[in-house]
Amino acid sequence: MYKTNDLILRTTTSLIAFILLGFAVYLLLAGHNSPGGGFIGGLVTAAAIVLMYMAYGINLIDKIIPINYRTLALIGLLIAVLTGVGSFLFNEPFLSQTFGYFHFPFFGEIELATAMIFDVGVYFTVVGVTITIILNIANDQ
Amino acid sequence: MTETIYKATEAILDGTVFICFIAISISLLLLLYRMIAGPTSPDRAVALDTIGINLMGLAALVAIYLVTPNLNDVILLIAILAFLGTVAIAKYLEKGVIIDRDMD
Repeated sequence: MYKTNDLILRTTTSLIAFILLGFAVYLLLAGHNSPGGGFIGGLVTAAAIVLMYMAYGINLIDKIIPINYRTLALIGLLIAVLTGVGSFLFNEPFLSQTFGYFHFPFFGEIELATAMIFDVGVYFTVVGVTITIILNIANDQ
Repeated sequence: MTETIYKATEAILDGTVFICFIAISISLLLLLYRMIAGPTSPDRAVALDTIGINLMGLAALVAIYLVTPNLNDVILLIAILAFLGTVAIAKYLEKGVIIDRDMD
């Protein structure tokens, strides 16, 4: 087996992965008022991580991103459930959502909704499940 | 006067979008022929990548036609997915594995 040279792929990956991660965060935060949301943001993040795996191999990326993706999916589900349970603290039905306007020193007035936390849970779950599936298939002999 | 100019520009825009729809459709048909008849796998991979680029153009035209900015994310997403798919096909054709286990 001859040794291949992946210089172009690796250089473009280090550029494109950053753009992909930024786009994923944009999609996650824009989901309230425009297309986007936790699901598609998680898929784009998974795409960025899979691109890094394709360019650099499993061993190196496992050293750079030491995350157990099964635990990540579990944490996401836990966040989503806890946002639902948290509404019991205010004597509201399960999964009630609310929002408020807050003033930040640099950004000005921003509307913050608790649905965002649920979306973050969806995001982590989608990232964890997708990467788990792909890495398990890739590790198969 | 301004009313006439508005109407004329709108007619020009509609005609241009219509012509571009037809042109991209013909391009997609030719690419489909290359995908079906392509003698080797790289031919089909390149045809598939170009179909992705044509779909980006089609999405942009639909965004103009429907007068909405909500399709811009879709265009970027198609670009990302087409790139990822092409890289995966290229790695599979060259090495036999897409994500390699022991790389130095």
